Amino acid sequence: MTEAIHEEVHRHPAPTGFIRKYIFSIDHKVIGIQYILLALTAVVVGLVMSILMRVNLSWPGTHIKIMETLFPTGAPGGVMSPEFYLSLVTMHGTIMVFFVLTTAPQGGFGNYFLPIQIGADDMAFPVLNMLSFWVTFVGFIVLLTAIFAEGNLTVGSWFSKLGESFAAGSGTVGPIGGWTGYAPLSALGKIAGPGQGAGVNLWIISIAIFCIGSLLGALNFITTLLNMRTRGMTLMRMPLTCWAWFTTAILALLSFPVLLGGGILLLLDRVAGTSFFIPGGLYVSGALVPLHNGGSPLLWQHLFWFFGHPEVYIAILPGMGATSHILSTFARKPIFGYRAMVFAIFAIGMLGFFVWGHHMFISGMSPYSAVAFSILTLSIGVPSAIKTFNWLGTLWGAKIRFTTPMLFAIGFVSLFVAGGITGLVLGQTSLDFFFHDTYFVTAHFHLVMGVASIFGMFAATYFWFPKMFGRMMSESLGKFHFWVTFIGVYAIFVPFHAMGMVGMPRRYAQFGEYEFLRNTHGLVLFVTVAAIITAVVQLVFYFNFFWSMFKGKPAGDNPWEATTLEWNIPSPPPHDNFAGIVPEVYRGPYEFAVPGAPRDYVMQTEPEVGGVAASLGDTGANGGNGHKH
Amino acid sequence: MGRVLGIAIWLITLGSVGMFVSKHWWFPESISEHGGAVDRQFTITILVVGISFAAAQIGLGWVVWKYRDTSAATRATYSHGNNRLEVIWTVVTAIVFISLAVMGQRVWASLHLHAAPPGSYTVEVVAQQFSWNFHYHGKDNVFGRTDPKLIDDSALNYVGIDDTDPNAKDDSVVSTLVVPVNRPVELILKSKDVTHSFFVPQLRFKQDLVPGMAIPVHFTVTKTGKYELACAELCGMNHYKMKSYMLVLPENEFNELINLSQDKFQARKDELLNKYQLPQY
Amino acid sequence: MATEAQVIPSDWGGGRLPYRVGHRKLGMWLFIMSDSLTFSALLIAYAYARASNVWPTPFKFYPSIIFSSVMTLVLLSSSLTMVMAVSASARAQKSTARKWILATALLGVTFIVLHMIEWRHLITEGLTPFKLPAEWAEKWPGASPLFGATFFGITGMHMFHVATGCIYLLIVSGRVNKLKHEDVEISGLYWHFVDLVWMFVFPMIYLLSIDMTK
Ligand code: HEA
Ligand code: HEA
Ligand code: CUA
Ligand SMILES: [Cu+2]
Repeated sequence: MTEAIHEEVHRHPAPTGFIRKYIFSIDHKVIGIQYILLALTAVVVGLVMSILMRVNLSWPGTHIKIMETLFPTGAPGGVMSPEFYLSLVTMHGTIMVFFVLTTAPQGGFGNYFLPIQIGADDMAFPVLNMLSFWVTFVGFIVLLTAIFAEGNLTVGSWFSKLGESFAAGSGTVGPIGGWTGYAPLSALGKIAGPGQGAGVNLWIISIAIFCIGSLLGALNFITTLLNMRTRGMTLMRMPLTCWAWFTTAILALLSFPVLLGGGILLLLDRVAGTSFFIPGGLYVSGALVPLHNGGSPLLWQHLFWFFGHPEVYIAILPGMGATSHILSTFARKPIFGYRAMVFAIFAIGMLGFFVWGHHMFISGMSPYSAVAFSILTLSIGVPSAIKTFNWLGTLWGAKIRFTTPMLFAIGFVSLFVAGGITGLVLGQTSLDFFFHDTYFVTAHFHLVMGVASIFGMFAATYFWFPKMFGRMMSESLGKFHFWVTFIGVYAIFVPFHAMGMVGMPRRYAQFGEYEFLRNTHGLVLFVTVAAIITAVVQLVFYFNFFWSMFKGKPAGDNPWEATTLEWNIPSPPPHDNFAGIVPEVYRGPYEFAVPGAPRDYVMQTEPEVGGVAASLGDTGANGGNGHKH
Repeated sequence: MGRVLGIAIWLITLGSVGMFVSKHWWFPESISEHGGAVDRQFTITILVVGISFAAAQIGLGWVVWKYRDTSAATRATYSHGNNRLEVIWTVVTAIVFISLAVMGQRVWASLHLHAAPPGSYTVEVVAQQFSWNFHYHGKDNVFGRTDPKLIDDSALNYVGIDDTDPNAKDDSVVSTLVVPVNRPVELILKSKDVTHSFFVPQLRFKQDLVPGMAIPVHFTVTKTGKYELACAELCGMNHYKMKSYMLVLPENEFNELINLSQDKFQARKDELLNKYQLPQY
Repeated sequence: MATEAQVIPSDWGGGRLPYRVGHRKLGMWLFIMSDSLTFSALLIAYAYARASNVWPTPFKFYPSIIFSSVMTLVLLSSSLTMVMAVSASARAQKSTARKWILATALLGVTFIVLHMIEWRHLITEGLTPFKLPAEWAEKWPGASPLFGATFFGITGMHMFHVATGCIYLLIVSGRVNKLKHEDVEISGLYWHFVDLVWMFVFPMIYLLSIDMTK
């Protein structure tokens, strides 16, 4: 790159030695892979937990040996106690949202491919980049200890050394608060019952650490994208993936600090005796709460959801980016309405900051603001619908190649519609006050987040694996994985709607207590079976992943005949991505099926070829008649 | 592959839509004045989103069927989009979604943006881990003074009633919510410890009980009977069995009951609990 | 944002910085954006607590207000010295720049010292994060203990920023000869931000809590 950039980032030579190369590497590609591996590890934990939860729901009292050995107090005799169920729910949610869907999509694939796709040779702040990963990693470890801190006496005893508020509580497990950690339950400490001791402290600390990691990351992404685009890579020539990562980074930059602030206050309430979220005159487990006074439980909900809603878009935007990218590539057709897509991503991102109240309709918040939030919430459906339509438009008149990544991308569209659409139900105050905290909500967010976003990641993995490791993943295994997972997740999560209709509340360790839940028994069993099958089949994915790493057939530079910069360079890319040559970009990212071009795709770096003017795709990208948004 | 995927998507759509259409799992029968309106609003919404869902999925299935790569000879159509279409579907969805949003406020407004109608009967609900207390004001129509400092579960003073207050003399605190049929009911929702949530599915109603707040809500029940009352906000280990009943009585039975003194109230209420049956599920 | 597309000619050369702002400076701006949101979270919590409670207004004109005003003055002048430092380094007068930077750091330290003294004063009076001094408690019946919580929480958070700022400045002053002008500028950005935050904290925490009762 030109000198200006050279002074900006002090180029680092290719490291030698295992540690600097693979562990404390500052190469964005290695860091990206580290993030992906972190997610792959975290998701296994989350997945196993979800299966344990399902087993408990459908066959209460099942005896499971490993639970007994790992959590002698949490699962006495290997039988899950209700409190242990709740701590599993909490951990499952937290792990999945934070350490799977906020790591792999952004920190993982974003880290690896954003610099390459804009023609940069690394992130703007390589060292900061390394820090963000390791900070996140520490966060994950702390979170894992949270469930052992109370669920397992040995681990617990270490933490009790940290002082009173870390000593395992009256509880036998931890943390119990849901991933939303509503105060005052989460703020009162041990007196509030089992699972409110050390575990919750560690849970909060882990989240706080995670916030810092994500902040550093976001800052890095934005700077890189704005400052390090190569010659000719204008904003409107960026792949949609870059737009998605960019918007995601902005959301992260502006929402995580608020959670950080809230987290600090919550921790103070627990360890320093303050009462930000604890009102006066509470009478908990047979005793008046002396010191606390004047706090507001709703304040926590506001702080949490101000972060929480943007967070869910942080979870899905990268998936949308990858999907758009992959759909266009295998449709062999330019993306439909590039500008509309960019506009929609931004609209979703920005609107996302003004709808957090839809999680609080029945929280005791002013019913008037509920109305305002409700209307804003449904208007978010509009840009989302725009994206859906444009995806369909992209496939229209295409020449679809059904590779595994393409299958998952199509699956993403299907699942996103399925899950998003119920958001329109929950978004209405008059309906949410029946559906709030029922399985209808669980259905909504599992379809849209639990699996649509995950499908985005699957698609991305199958798509970019050849570039990352120089080898193809097995298509046949991939297709098998797709079919079972696609049908499986629908089988798991569609019935949740039915349970929601009946009124089944969330976070119930058992349903036997209530007559009105009787006729859902069959459903509960069905879901569990579907979940077990789906979960087991994930092993195929893992096998495929690691086996192909070494045994897959060599990929070559551009196995998918794609157009963006990462496909110009060897797989895997050299240390500084472009081996010192500054790539130059002449056109938009999705120039497929260009009439007159020799091949059915024209790469961004190709100057005028076969009578195809350079900078074509810019005007086109404005849409048919150059109308600007 | 294209054909198979298309068909798969259609079948999934069929199944999902079928599950709703069959109505095998549906709202329990509504027993509140506003319930009908909620159900109607839901039906409208589920129709709109259901149609969009089906349309989108069928469309998706169709394009993957139709536009699968068949011959190497041809190329995909070279188009970057179409702004007229873009504008049309933006406007259409905007209109549809926003009007849904506006309609979706009606019931809410009727319940939450208006005070309880005159002549409604007021009960104080005090939730705690993991049970419910219902405070009745008795004949004098005024609640006795309560104070958290006086709460003492071991002495069965669950809501901290101040016995020195004359108004408290005829107050009763029971573990079941008893309300009159066809008469507006106002509940003052409070919590002693953590956040809970008041949920009776048949009532089509849910509201959090937040410590430090007294949240007034109101509704009218139109059908006598016994209904399960569940807690719908995570409140700790026994959240899943923080259960009580809502007993809806005809005017006469109700008036007779609420004029009894605490212990008689308790006993009579238990008789009535056995007299009435849960709906068939 | 989309308008940025128009900002850049579609054939811009790349490599050069599109917005004429270096990575580290842009990075600092972004950090400031997010950090200010953390502070807003705390200040909103403060406003929320204050609005929904009996709030003591215990700060006597002397010592508290005098004291905090002096602190404010110190911090303000530190911003001034920082400006001098930056302009000096702009004129490539490294050694002058270093002097001014050190001066800034010194003022920062002074601020912290004064702050500590004030904290000790309040703590000896009996103010803690979870309870009010006895005489305040009876002077403002039912006053919320959150006063201490918010006070120590917010001023503590700010002091932490000042402290890190001092260390940061010391490092910059040490390496000023090696550093580019922009880096001095960036440290300036951070310092002014910390100063600015105090300009919210001072009125909200102190001036709004002046004891008017005789
Ligand atoms: C990836 C994550 C993600 C995404 C993208 C969304 C998207 C949306 N969510 Fe969701 N939501 C969550 C994750 C997500 N949500 C989570 C995790 C929770 C639970 C938190 C908890 O309590 O634990 C939640 C909870 C939640 C609630 C609170 C429910 C409750 O607790 O009471 C609400 C209420 O308004 C809501 C609304 C919406 C809306 C309106 C959207 C919109 O953005 C949806 C927009 C999409 C569409 C509208 C579909 C577009 C397609 C079409 C419209 C097709 C049209 C085509 C044709 C007509 C051919 N969500
Ligand atoms: C990403 C988010 C995510 C994911 C993937 C899942 C996956 C699953 N979830 Fe979870 N769930 C949540 C987020 C998620 N969940 C949240 C936020 C809650 C709320 C917690 C709370 O209430 O506080 C929740 C709660 C929740 C409940 C409700 C508990 C209760 O309220 O009582 C249940 C009940 O069955 C459940 C089940 C499942 C099952 C069976 C799966 C899975 O088994 C389904 C099958 C999963 C897959 C097929 C994904 C496999 C993915 C990979 C292998 C990743 C590959 C990685 C890369 C490519 C990098 N979940
Ligand atoms: Cu009370 Cu859940
Ligand atoms: Cu939301």
